Amino acid sequence: MPEGVLPPPPPPIALLAELTHRCPLSCPYCSNPTELVARAAELDTAEWVRLFREAAEMGVLQLHLSGGEPASRRDLETLVAEARSAGLYVNLVTSGIGLTEARLDRLEAAGLDHVQLSLQGVRADISDRIGGLTGGFERKIAVARSVVARGLPLTLNAVMHRQNLDDLEATIALAVELGARRIEVACVQFHGWAMLNRGALMPTREQTDRAKRIVADARDRLRGRLVIDFVPPDWHADLPKACMGGWGSTGLNIAPDGTVLPCHGAASIPGLVFPNVRQVSLAWAWAESAAFNAFRGTAWMPEPCRSCDRRAVDHGGCRCQAMAVLGDARAPDPVCRRTPGRAALDRLLADALASDSGLTMRAPPR
Amino acid sequence: MAGGAVPDRVPRLPRGVRLHDDRVRACRVLLGPERALMLDEVGAAILDEVDGMQSLSVISARLAARYLAPEAEIRADVEVFLTDLAERRLVEWSDA
Repeated sequence: MPEGVLPPPPPPIALLAELTHRCPLSCPYCSNPTELVARAAELDTAEWVRLFREAAEMGVLQLHLSGGEPASRRDLETLVAEARSAGLYVNLVTSGIGLTEARLDRLEAAGLDHVQLSLQGVRADISDRIGGLTGGFERKIAVARSVVARGLPLTLNAVMHRQNLDDLEATIALAVELGARRIEVACVQFHGWAMLNRGALMPTREQTDRAKRIVADARDRLRGRLVIDFVPPDWHADLPKACMGGWGSTGLNIAPDGTVLPCHGAASIPGLVFPNVRQVSLAWAWAESAAFNAFRGTAWMPEPCRSCDRRAVDHGGCRCQAMAVLGDARAPDPVCRRTPGRAALDRLLADALASDSGLTMRAPPR
Repeated sequence: MAGGAVPDRVPRLPRGVRLHDDRVRACRVLLGPERALMLDEVGAAILDEVDGMQSLSVISARLAARYLAPEAEIRADVEVFLTDLAERRLVEWSDA
């Protein structure tokens, strides 16, 4: 292989398909970009079906149908059936809003494998306030019970932050009571909408330490009953997370308009031209596009990452976080205490913790 | 099988967990909620026997015969493998 040429990337394992940015909720930490895609620009049914087949041929195993709220798409049942027939494991990432019994019947018949239901809070008051929809909590719980009664595996995706992290024990207890097989204790990562709302959402150090103890205890106590995956609040960590297992290494996202991204936040990085499946194949986007190759391997890394003993562990951390905090996507992840950027992150962290600003709710797409 | 001194159990894959032939990576994969476990030949051979009807003893005897290995040894390996998956909710046990 000539010098300076990367080996071909391994095939991706997971595809996150953002079918739409439309959503009945308006969570202030939404992982969608702050510039939302309008309905008129969304890929149509045939385009998504073609992508599912391309993805399966590339080696994708898991398909996450996400949004926005994927149930906002009237063709959701068709997409599930086509993805299953392409050979993919089909996970529905949903708020639960819009999933009537009749719709769940059809999704089940279409071969849906797994439901991942978001949880904004463990009680109606906080859940409906964070989600911005009165009655939302009650409907979510009804969907959870229906999914479990059908025998489908249920994951609760509990998004946690300063305003609800003290409810972590109750949240885990709710997952057990509902009969969920799995819970993701997903502490908000501060990009996009969440970055705008960091003054209201940043958890304290004490909350973070307590959450780690609660998770460790619950994993032990509930082994074989409830699988617990934990995404800690990384601003309180000393070393960066291995974001996405490394840029362009295990998974890819497709935005509603067909833009192919290595992760949710990548569109925030200026200077990268992300491929669109209306112009190129998914395989080309993954293997050949400049954007997917921008941060593969170690040659792109600045010091101290390039000579760091952890470069193959955390891959330099999160590019979007370097962009958001330092204004430079090529810089080391500022969470890392071995880097000068940590001082800037510490200033933002102190400001966020001292703040008690209100929530800026996510706006609907145009 | 001798008089049931060791209680026998039947493993099965719960709904939402299934075996997949991965033609790209040329291996078998166990797919479940947010999990894709690439199986080696041994793991695939065990899970191919897990049909929700055959008990641990039956599965162990069949694998012992196929691989010409002592049944007790095979049974111990199969039990460890399936117990680990059960702790991750990728396998469920029921009474034989």
